[in-house]
Amino acid sequence: MNMRVIAVFALMGILLAIVGMVQSWNVAFNILNLCVISAIMTLGVNMQWGYAGLVNFGVMGFVAVGGLAAVVIAMPPVEAAWQAGGGRLMLGFGVMAVVIAVATAFWRMTKHRLSRRARYIIMAAILVLGYGLVRYITDAAVVAIEAVEPAKSGYLGGFGLPILLSWAVGAVVAGIVAMLVGRIALGLRSDYLAIATLGISEIMIYILKNEDWLARGVKNVSGLPRPVPYEIDLQQKAWLNQLAETSGQSLANASSIIVKLCYLSLFVAVLVGLFWLAEKALRAPWGRMMRAIRDNEVAAEAMGKDVKGRHLQIFILGSAVLGLAGAMLTTLDGQFTPHSYQPLRFTFLVWVMVIVGGSGNNYGAIIGGFIIWFFWIEAEPIGLWLMDALTAGLDADSPLRVHLLESAAHTRLMTMGVIMLLVLRFSPKGLIPEAKR
Amino acid sequence: MVDIINALVLIANFIVVPGLTYGCQLGLGALGITMIYSVLRFSNFAHGEMMSFGAMTTILMTWWMQAQGISFGAVPTALFALPFGIVAVIALTLTADRLVFRYYRSIKAPPVTMLIVSMGLMFFLGGLIRFIIGPDDQNFFDGQRFIINARQFKEMTGLNEGLAIKTTQGMTLILAVLMVGFVFWFLRHTRTGKSMRAYANNEDLALLSGINPERVILVTWVITAFLVTLAGTLYGLDKSYKPFTYLSLLLPIFASAIVGGIGSPIGAILGGFVIAFSELTITFAYKRVLGYLLPQSLEPQGLMQLLSTDYKIALSFLILVLVLILKPTGIAGGKVI
Amino acid sequence: MSFLIGKDMVAGYGGATILKGCTIGVEQGEIAVIVGPNGAGKSTAMRALFGLLDLTSGAVMMDGQDIGALKPQMRVQLGMGFVPQTANIFTELSVEENLEMGAFLHPDDFADAEEQVFELFPILREKRHQLAGELSGGQRQQVAVGRALMTEPKILMLDEPTAGVSPIVMDELFDRIIDIAHQGIAILMVEQNARQALEIADKGYVLVQGENRFTDSGKALLADREVRQTFLGG
Repeated sequence: MNMRVIAVFALMGILLAIVGMVQSWNVAFNILNLCVISAIMTLGVNMQWGYAGLVNFGVMGFVAVGGLAAVVIAMPPVEAAWQAGGGRLMLGFGVMAVVIAVATAFWRMTKHRLSRRARYIIMAAILVLGYGLVRYITDAAVVAIEAVEPAKSGYLGGFGLPILLSWAVGAVVAGIVAMLVGRIALGLRSDYLAIATLGISEIMIYILKNEDWLARGVKNVSGLPRPVPYEIDLQQKAWLNQLAETSGQSLANASSIIVKLCYLSLFVAVLVGLFWLAEKALRAPWGRMMRAIRDNEVAAEAMGKDVKGRHLQIFILGSAVLGLAGAMLTTLDGQFTPHSYQPLRFTFLVWVMVIVGGSGNNYGAIIGGFIIWFFWIEAEPIGLWLMDALTAGLDADSPLRVHLLESAAHTRLMTMGVIMLLVLRFSPKGLIPEAKR
Repeated sequence: MVDIINALVLIANFIVVPGLTYGCQLGLGALGITMIYSVLRFSNFAHGEMMSFGAMTTILMTWWMQAQGISFGAVPTALFALPFGIVAVIALTLTADRLVFRYYRSIKAPPVTMLIVSMGLMFFLGGLIRFIIGPDDQNFFDGQRFIINARQFKEMTGLNEGLAIKTTQGMTLILAVLMVGFVFWFLRHTRTGKSMRAYANNEDLALLSGINPERVILVTWVITAFLVTLAGTLYGLDKSYKPFTYLSLLLPIFASAIVGGIGSPIGAILGGFVIAFSELTITFAYKRVLGYLLPQSLEPQGLMQLLSTDYKIALSFLILVLVLILKPTGIAGGKVI
Repeated sequence: MSFLIGKDMVAGYGGATILKGCTIGVEQGEIAVIVGPNGAGKSTAMRALFGLLDLTSGAVMMDGQDIGALKPQMRVQLGMGFVPQTANIFTELSVEENLEMGAFLHPDDFADAEEQVFELFPILREKRHQLAGELSGGQRQQVAVGRALMTEPKILMLDEPTAGVSPIVMDELFDRIIDIAHQGIAILMVEQNARQALEIADKGYVLVQGENRFTDSGKALLADREVRQTFLGG
């Protein structure tokens, strides 16, 4: 760790302290919590881009998969829904697996035996018939499941397990999804990979939005169980009452800050653990090989390195980290809202973090996550303050002043763009450049 | 016989007319993507926002004209505000090139870097647009709503089914044909257009022939400005203008360009129609069409829809992904990155 | 002093110096050929003369004027035409459009210049509307030379124009190159087919490891025993 890293982290601390004093400590800790989650996402993308040069624009999808894991693990099962159509739905999935297996087997076995055209036609027939059959079985099941108390549940529910477990499950599931996506898309080069992963992540979000039996779609799942105490319970505790009194905070405030601190300690533990692992991996022969592949793919391939295999490996690892971050985020929010997954917020913003922080360097990635998240949230109040100051000379109801104050919220997109363009131009290796190893 | 005509009218009304319109809008966008890709050699992620910017300036001009009491009767005022939007976008693209992209060209940055840079521009433009016009829906259509509406059509023909053609749909078709025709003519028959194709095909040899790259790039941005303004405004006029939608349009547009074969202008247009029509045909409920065509006893019970309308846009991504995997050069045989 | 001359050129890529002070010159109306073993720096010398590669030391003069600081595009304007070894045509443009791009700087003279190219290579007239990328190897080389001629060069530089074409096509191409030289254009080319190239050369340069080993008329080099044994395989 060098002076620059320490200086930037110290600056970050000061900024948060200012927010704590000027706005409120609640806001400050809220920002900090999301900074940590952002940093974890950034670590994930940094593995793919910084270590291996892979452009994954599907961040949003993997984060959402992690969020789904939180729902499926932690929510209690909806027995009525299982009875209404659970069995039939599972049967449908079974049939789907059989159809895929049959199609794959057919494709492999007939490679040299049938004409190209016949193969395509029969393959299409298998898929269309299979699709029809699966739809025939599942449609009724889905209708039945979604009819079970649609206002409250209308989905299968989860396993009712501790939500912390979902962090691991989210990582694993995101990794599995990444394996499928990677097999399809990793053969493509840079630009295409970016566009393909962006497209795949959109498809994933569409499925989450529309398959109500899974996680209620756009009706959202709220009230996820927490890994930390509830404010209401804390407020009954004598020690908190005392703490609130001595610190001069209201009871509600104090309890909410304590809850945020609990989350924070969990998140920081994960971040530190991941960071340690990532650093260790980067310094290990494995990390050297990754960089060698990134810097000169052709040479690495010529030296007998399994470039494709390594790429798939890092793609899975990075995506698993994204899934973990997604599960953590949903845990913190206490709800799963598919429509909130926007590429701007979950894909492009994370990329700004990686670019600004400095790709290929884990410190940089974390710093990028912190700084960009901070400004993403604080650009609005700062912009408002700035507009207010700039237009102070104008009448309170001057149309220009009104417009500028109303639009201040949108300065944050502009700020992100400007920061990113400036960093790319004048410090293309980011705030904390990749160390020479 | 009447049944068959009714079924055809139904299909024309719900698939052919909207498909042609949407296909034109996508094609105009994709043509811009493909030109930038061939000449500047990167995938422009700011393309959607550029379209939005063009639509926004056109809207502002339309409002101003409306406020001045300038009206063109049945024809939407926006049509006359378009040239101003185009000029604004030319200014925008040239400024962006001068301040942002030129530097990366001079250091011969790899395409991925350019792509990420264009993402920065996307953020900036997105913010700028919302800052100026706000994030909400804006309506700027005026003039006559329909060229022909369903009721008139039914009265004229005596059929059960109506065929409606909106003014915006007619406008889209005419302007798109004119614009695309012009671009193709320009690329085929003018010296500058040929030099653009030459530069796109073989940069080094173009330099050896005395072609000035900066001029080729300038012309490319100007044509792109025409295309994005037209695409953005027509889409906004036909559906509705909302800054947010233009980011989501980016993927279908990329899909069109890639499906057609990136780098191929004709491919971009074809790709636009492939995407538009597959979205519509796969999510259209064929119940009523089959109702006309099949004997009563066979009349279908369900909607006869291959995929629910919710998946409309996801479908274009699916096509994109399939093309990328199966035939990355697209239907018209473009380049592979 | 030759019409075009690269004097004591030192140049290379990255750290490696490839040209170690070699001198190449050519007169108008004359054919000069650079031959030598692989890695001798033949193509590098050509690129250095054209400005595609910066010189560490030495000078490039054309018609008595120092052009060492000029970009390749400027040298094209001054009358240097270049036919690269690979990617030397616009594959996605028609034959005629290829020629038109060659005449980009002199659009007014296009018709005359095109007529001259068609007289030199009649097959191109026939195929003028076909995509250049669809032509055969020999025809592509004709398009490439034709495009360079359209820049109205005073000197034409060809980097291995006969690479990958059949012997018959090669002879034909050499005949055309002689025709071009007779029009008063200086010709400088790098050739793998050293023996045949030296036969038509007024001047030959044998480069070895970035230095001039032998310099003489083509005939004299062909007659030289050492040159024959070492570089021409007997």
